[in-house]
Amino acid sequence: MIRIANGQGFWGDWLEAPVRLVEQGPLDYLTLDYLAEITMSIVQKQKQADPNMGYARDFPPLIGRIAKMLKERQVKVIANAGGVNPIACAREVRRLAPSLKVAVVLGDDVYDKLDALLAKGHEMKSMDTGEPLTTIRDQIQSANAYIGAFPLAEALATGADVVITGRSTDTALALAPMVHEYGWKADDFDKLAAGTIAGHIIECGAQSTGGNCQAHWKTIPDFANIGYPIVEAEPDGTFAVTKHKGTGGRVSLDTVKEQLLYELGDPRNYITPDCIADFTSIQLRQEGEDRVRVTGIKGRPATTTAKLSISYLHGYKAIGSLVYSWPDALYKAQVADRIVRERLAQLGLTFDEIYTEYLGVNACHGPAAPAVEQIPEVQLRVGVRGPDKKAVDRFTRELIPLVLNGPPTATGFGDGRPPVREVVAYWPALVPKDLIQTRVEVVE
Amino acid sequence: MRIPLHKIAHARSGDKGDASNIGLIAYDERHYKILEREVTAARVQEHFGNMVKGDVVRYELPNLGALNFLLYEALGGGGTLSLRVDAQGKTMGAGLLSMEVEAAESELQ
Repeated sequence: MIRIANGQGFWGDWLEAPVRLVEQGPLDYLTLDYLAEITMSIVQKQKQADPNMGYARDFPPLIGRIAKMLKERQVKVIANAGGVNPIACAREVRRLAPSLKVAVVLGDDVYDKLDALLAKGHEMKSMDTGEPLTTIRDQIQSANAYIGAFPLAEALATGADVVITGRSTDTALALAPMVHEYGWKADDFDKLAAGTIAGHIIECGAQSTGGNCQAHWKTIPDFANIGYPIVEAEPDGTFAVTKHKGTGGRVSLDTVKEQLLYELGDPRNYITPDCIADFTSIQLRQEGEDRVRVTGIKGRPATTTAKLSISYLHGYKAIGSLVYSWPDALYKAQVADRIVRERLAQLGLTFDEIYTEYLGVNACHGPAAPAVEQIPEVQLRVGVRGPDKKAVDRFTRELIPLVLNGPPTATGFGDGRPPVREVVAYWPALVPKDLIQTRVEVVE
Repeated sequence: MRIPLHKIAHARSGDKGDASNIGLIAYDERHYKILEREVTAARVQEHFGNMVKGDVVRYELPNLGALNFLLYEALGGGGTLSLRVDAQGKTMGAGLLSMEVEAAESELQ
């Protein structure tokens, strides 16, 4: 049996979680998931500004902090912290933790190959809209293929203490140590599907151990010291989900089911580079306190395509807000919204979208929100998005004047006018799998 | 009798691009058949009204006593494009739990 934990569900997750996972109980592998779809564009920009950057900057200092414990306890780390510059990330880890052996997985970054791919007739149509990539060619910021577990397992086979990847799938981080330790093959579909589902359960950190859980959440103990998830994986593909003893949170059928359904599409066809996992085959059993056994998982062969994660510039947006108080809080906010829209129209400014919400009334649930009679206050939230930066910037000057020249009792403008932000959008596309060639490099 | 969904089910929601994904889970797996019968794609569409511009698709996971819904074009463009405060649909699952469903008393035992 091997113990695989996840100590980071996204870049920005709790800094103490990975440290405590290594500190507070037995562990073999610590996985850290830093990359969301748009993270690649952020790190790409950082690399353009400084060729030594372009990775998850939280990662090297973390490894520096826990290096001694990792060695003593023989815990290996697998992280998709490399962003668009895994080598630079690895060098910084080596600088801060010289005693650790570091391997990187390369080959996911296809940014420099896009024109060659287009020239060969690969249209890379958006999986969302069906449009060909040429329609946004000039706006592209980054392009990476999702890498599966086998290249990561190859990196573990070098004897590395730390494996760094770019855009690997979240689930591959947990599957890779199982492939490495148990010698699972590319056609062990049921086992690969089981490891993939184990990865899905732990990839969002504490979301499987009681965090963001609706089921009986008021009874979940000690959120402040919540334990992050650990999978105890067996060679036959079955596994248990648990957490370190003495930590807060909960592992129950409820917490695991909620995470299984999180960001799920068609449950019979959960597609990764390694296999297709069938979520309708999963059998769960509460095996003890904070311990759920997972069995029965079935898988099928992977597809012949590789998925690309492409990010591109898509104009600008700004979102501002004002607060109105009782009496007639909502009516005042509605009048203010009409005034803003009229003034924008008078200026001749057009946007792809102007969107208004009333926080405290129905912003989250729309018509499904319960009706309210009298509300003490409401936050008017107006956003615009469009290709013209100047128009978006002009909008940011149209809210605060309402404090003096609109309906009464406007407040909550203390932060001044809202910032104009660049919008980077996500373009998923497919290419034949054999076009993606990965390789492993040990960084000295 | 009519009961609100939160009496018999919990939920978690997230995003898949501009689609909102809602996992609806029976607390007691015996109540799954109530969810399967009552919480149709059409009823979810009606519950969220103009928030959902596209289709609602439902998938069944009887092994988990759960349904999975995809609400297309429900997040104002999704991800970074969305101007909504809940751009990733994190609260949509909770929103679904206010739906009322019909259940016989014998089914709720």
